[in-house]
Amino acid sequence: MSEGATESRLSELPGDLMMWVLIVSELLVFGAGLAAFLAVRTTDTGGFAEAQDLLDRTAGGINTAVLVTSGLCAALAVRWRRAHRRLGARLWLGAAALLGGLFLWVKAVEYGDKIAAGIGTETHPFFTFYYLLTGFHAAHVAAGIIILGLIAWRDSLNNLETGTAFWHMVDLVWVLLFPVIYLLR
Amino acid sequence: MKYQTQKIAQIYFLVAMALFAIQVSGGLLAGWIYVAPNTLSELLPFNIVRMLHTNSLIVWLIVGFMGAAYFLIPEESEREIHSPMLAYLQLAILVIGTLGAVVTYIFNLFEGNVLLGQEGREFLEQPLWVKIGIVVAALIFLYNITITVLKGRKTAISNVLLLGLWGLALLFLFAFYNPENLSLDKQYWWYVVHLWVEGVWELIMAAILAFLMLKLTGVDREIVEKWLYVIVATALFSGILGTGHHYYWIGTPAYWQWIGSIFSSLEVIPFFAMMAFAFVMVWKGRRDHPNKAALLWSLGCATLAFFGAGVWGFMHTLHSINFFTHGTQITAAHGHLAFFGAYVCLNLAIFTYAFPILKNRDPYNQVLNMVSFWLMAGGMTFMTFVLTFAGIIQTHLQRVLGEYYMDVQDQVSLFYIMRFGAGVAVVLGALIFIYAVLMPRKEIIEPGHSRPVAAE
Repeated sequence: MSEGATESRLSELPGDLMMWVLIVSELLVFGAGLAAFLAVRTTDTGGFAEAQDLLDRTAGGINTAVLVTSGLCAALAVRWRRAHRRLGARLWLGAAALLGGLFLWVKAVEYGDKIAAGIGTETHPFFTFYYLLTGFHAAHVAAGIIILGLIAWRDSLNNLETGTAFWHMVDLVWVLLFPVIYLLR
Repeated sequence: MKYQTQKIAQIYFLVAMALFAIQVSGGLLAGWIYVAPNTLSELLPFNIVRMLHTNSLIVWLIVGFMGAAYFLIPEESEREIHSPMLAYLQLAILVIGTLGAVVTYIFNLFEGNVLLGQEGREFLEQPLWVKIGIVVAALIFLYNITITVLKGRKTAISNVLLLGLWGLALLFLFAFYNPENLSLDKQYWWYVVHLWVEGVWELIMAAILAFLMLKLTGVDREIVEKWLYVIVATALFSGILGTGHHYYWIGTPAYWQWIGSIFSSLEVIPFFAMMAFAFVMVWKGRRDHPNKAALLWSLGCATLAFFGAGVWGFMHTLHSINFFTHGTQITAAHGHLAFFGAYVCLNLAIFTYAFPILKNRDPYNQVLNMVSFWLMAGGMTFMTFVLTFAGIIQTHLQRVLGEYYMDVQDQVSLFYIMRFGAGVAVVLGALIFIYAVLMPRKEIIEPGHSRPVAAE
């Protein structure tokens, strides 16, 4: 494989190369987290199923719809920006960020209910992973909202592609976390 | 030497090499105490020898980094160092502090005194006045370097180096906070120890390695910078939360076991990237630099860092494994090869590269320098294997079968004898290295006759 070929293939990626380094790193971390979750689950399938029943699957389902819709808004923002419709693009980014905020609000209600029920990180290995993986994901949603704000402010096409790539990664990770943690029996 | 103030580096490198000689001699003595435990037990107890060995290591590496900064910043910034006087003053403070610490340790002066006595905190034992001196010296250094960079050309190499050096100085501030609670003490303690060697020092390493590759291989700066950014990003991404691998069994919540295991597993990536970077640059490079020994040290650095820090670190970083192995000779094996590969080799690479330039002569004693590389690298690799085997046996006897610590030590004594032999090779290599770098001789390696290329 010649140097030129590698270079051009990397430069075909939308947005900044460093964002893709970050995305790959994030996927490795969440992938390893999910793999560890599944591995520990095999040692106590019953306990994990019982603990899982304490989760609010409806809230998780709503949040999935919210975040996927938010991803759509982010994708539309890039499409509008490509068509040089900057105001429209910014409005789509705002919508994406608002839905991200809604996601965090639902998540906070869920955490509040768990804590009120006396469930902490040490209650059961299931909840260690639950708090760790969804909490880490929620931190990324919060960071993503800030990034969406930044690219709405400095709205070059390259910035939009870079920032929304991060947002889609956050979206993708949730689509993986939700079935494995909330639904898998 | 393009800039006069690069000369500052020379005295830094000399101090670093003197401390290097002391450090490996102390290591040899400590290695002998493992073989014959009563050696000097009243005059110079093992814990003091170990303190000298670890403290002098850290100090000489940092002095070497600072020297490297004074050497490469003028070339990167294309201007002289802001104030040579401050640079010498800063070194004087560091030397006085180092000597003060050594004397305090050996004679146990002012025991219990808040300002003057040693603090008895592993690796952060320095008396308070020495710590304050280190901070003052670091501030002078950062001021001097930062002003130079800000006034001159800004490159990825100088930016990353500066980020690493600022991180080094700021994280040291945690050495001043010593909570009563031992778990909290350890938690903050790792902010210095871990976030240095598995965080900001990696940035310094990547920047210096990038500079060496630029000079030795003649590869385009653009390519070097792209690699540098990827290395820095993966190092910080994995290294910061990788601190969790020290929080498994010190009384911290259980989620650290997963944070530590997952993130520190990824710490292999930046070290692998640095190794790949070094070799790819050499393959692509069109320049046939006469200083072959500097190239050997650079490639050796990247390779041994990958094995010592990356592979040997990963070996016991998962918490289910670390449950059995923590604090055994496996840790010692990892520590030795990681420090040697990543930071000792790096310093020796930049010394080897810089000295002929600083002294304005051809790279003499190339063969002797390369001999010293193989002696040290061979000795250290052998020591790593020996300690790893000792550690595996120790883990089984002590942690699995539950035998007593000292009974187990008796059973691994053969490995300690072999480790001492390996240590002799390392010390010999170190002395040959110092001789090869400092002594003028006629013997040099002729550059090959490939396509000539313009200097960077």
